[in-house]
Amino acid sequence: MKLRRFKAIAVKEVLQIWRDPRSLMIALLLPFTQMFLFGYGVNLDLKHIPVCTFDREGSQLSQALLKHFQVSQYFAIVHNVNGYPEMVAAIDKADCGLGIVIPPDFSERLNDSGAASVQAILDGTDDNTANIAFGYAAAVVSGYSNDVQLSQLDRQGRTLQLIQPMVVQSRVWFNEDLESRNFIIPGLVAVIMALVGAQLTSLTISREWERGTMELLISTPVKPSEVMFGKLAPYLVLGWLDAAFCLAIAVLWFGVPYRGTIFALFLTTTLFLFVVLSIGYLLSVLIRSQVGASQIALVVTLLPTVLLSGYVFPIDQMPSFIQDVTYLIYSRYYVTILKAIFLKGAGILDLLTPILFLVAYTLAVVVLAARAFHKRLA
Amino acid sequence: MFARVIPIVIKEFLELRRDKGARFLLVVPPILQMLIFGYAASYEVYHVSTSVLDFDHSQESRDLISRFTSSNRFNVVKVAQSPREISETIDASDAAVALVIHAGFAELLRKGQAAPLQVIVDGTNSNTALIALGYVNAIAAGFAQDYQTDLMQRIQGVRGTRQVQVTLEQRPWFNEDLNGQWFFVPGLIGTLTLVIIVNLTAFAIVREREVGTLEQIMVSPIRPAELILGKTVPFFIVGLGEVALVVAVGILWFQVPFVGNPLVLLLGSSLFLFSTLALGLLISTVCSTQQQAFSLNFFVLNPFFILSGFSFPISSMPQVLQWFTYLNPLRYYLVVIRGTFLKGVGLSVLWPELAAMAAIALILLATSILRFRKSLE
Repeated sequence: MKLRRFKAIAVKEVLQIWRDPRSLMIALLLPFTQMFLFGYGVNLDLKHIPVCTFDREGSQLSQALLKHFQVSQYFAIVHNVNGYPEMVAAIDKADCGLGIVIPPDFSERLNDSGAASVQAILDGTDDNTANIAFGYAAAVVSGYSNDVQLSQLDRQGRTLQLIQPMVVQSRVWFNEDLESRNFIIPGLVAVIMALVGAQLTSLTISREWERGTMELLISTPVKPSEVMFGKLAPYLVLGWLDAAFCLAIAVLWFGVPYRGTIFALFLTTTLFLFVVLSIGYLLSVLIRSQVGASQIALVVTLLPTVLLSGYVFPIDQMPSFIQDVTYLIYSRYYVTILKAIFLKGAGILDLLTPILFLVAYTLAVVVLAARAFHKRLA
Repeated sequence: MFARVIPIVIKEFLELRRDKGARFLLVVPPILQMLIFGYAASYEVYHVSTSVLDFDHSQESRDLISRFTSSNRFNVVKVAQSPREISETIDASDAAVALVIHAGFAELLRKGQAAPLQVIVDGTNSNTALIALGYVNAIAAGFAQDYQTDLMQRIQGVRGTRQVQVTLEQRPWFNEDLNGQWFFVPGLIGTLTLVIIVNLTAFAIVREREVGTLEQIMVSPIRPAELILGKTVPFFIVGLGEVALVVAVGILWFQVPFVGNPLVLLLGSSLFLFSTLALGLLISTVCSTQQQAFSLNFFVLNPFFILSGFSFPISSMPQVLQWFTYLNPLRYYLVVIRGTFLKGVGLSVLWPELAAMAAIALILLATSILRFRKSLE
């Protein structure tokens, strides 16, 4: 590999990028807009779940229960219905995610035996929302039953303290407020970089083929490795820029806590950029038509990165054969690394395993790409 | 008019037939992706890795821990001997939850004073942490309840302090077991269709432009509307095939129940296909190179995916983003597809979504015809 020829290719590539301002703009704007869009759009925290209530009793006690729902920040009562058909219609149309039905003998049972039940009808289409909503609703109801008990004891003139045999003292580490934003945004940076990186380089070689400039390139004394590194170098700079943008937005705009060192971040980001850029390059070498290259790039990057990298869907909850597949998803390592650097303040030593995986990945892809490129016309 | 549309349709089919790679890409990746993602996309929480530190070594503390061990929600991976070990396992992500029972736990319990169970949760993934905490609380409450009943029976003296208990009965409709796959698989059908179709059509015109065959079409008497229509029909047919393929995987492999009317789904899918085709064609007419089309694809597909309600509830988004979702055909299609699959609702409920998709399709198609006319000059 000669530095002179490497430089010549790099300069040519820079010129090509520079003279296609629309593509350059997309490369720079893409991470920017996506960060904002995802940063706000991706949110699993539930608040103001729309609730329909069907109070079949209409007593003081039942209204008091509904009051508890009304004041909770997790629920917003949007409908008070008077019959089951209305309730069914509201849930069918997804106007509300939770229906509370209070039976006609609610106060009677509560006064007689102290045990009453309330129905929570959940729109089970979205199981996660339903699960979380039920958890919040159960908490509201148990708060209510404590209140009722206290007031009953009060009326009997007794101040006997409630027997509460056990309390759960929970402490959350790393993401103390359980804000979904704090765990999603670091992963998001990885996802965006994976997408942007692959699309930056995935067309560099197929473009030469389709435009006919490949013949020119082949007739020069340039070596395959010089072509590869020459073409990757300018994109690496672009990638750094994009990464810096994304990370800055994550920390400065979204206020995600950053507890790690800049060095660890720089090292791992560069490694990751190497992987994504050379994967794009490899695809570009392997597939001559631009459409084919883009199809494959999309298939191997977009959805796998989003769904299998562990950035929202936890990998350890997947069936084991899918977990094996995730080892192939290079973003998985960067997602792990970023989350650890951001939230746990992990250093290079803590991250040795994912870093080694990334290094191995880089080597494998670079070797494959260098081998796949032949200076042959046929 | 049709005399000129049909040759384009035939030409597109011929092009597809002679492109072996494209045919492969149309069949294999969607099936593979359905199979893999159908299993991967889930928020369900089972077998949370848990470490336990029991300083009390009493019958009560062992009983409490065994409730966690026997639950399929938790998986005790480590019995720690010191607080340091606990923090190490959490730091290294070997365990996501740690339970600490301090000495004197049983004594406090017997006295009827609030005995603490300390729980440490790795909040890195806030969603999993939240759900896991819910299960911890449920198990702890079950333990407390049983212990209390036991205590009450033994100490007859506290008769009269009746326990007030309002229980909340869980009645999930449409998906009684709250099975995550039933939510995500129908969503995947829509998402995969969007990605495949937009990606196919985005290149339809720009490729002709770049290869140079667009000029040949320009000199022929074909009008812009006819060209766009001729490009739409074959992709529409291919798209219906794609939808059928992924729906089949969803029903046959993942066993997601289909309780609705297949005709409503067909109507919804057709309208959705039209709107995504139109979107792809618009990208294709706007761009002058395939590289641009490709970048723009990413630019457009990602937001469509995120702002669709596929996995992130639209109601949790800021108001401005919620307005944006109204422009997204996938948003409507997901309502239609989940509605027909799980809820079995019909036109009376789904008509607003269908109308919205039709409107989007018409506007986008008209825009791409206009754009194309302009770019001819």
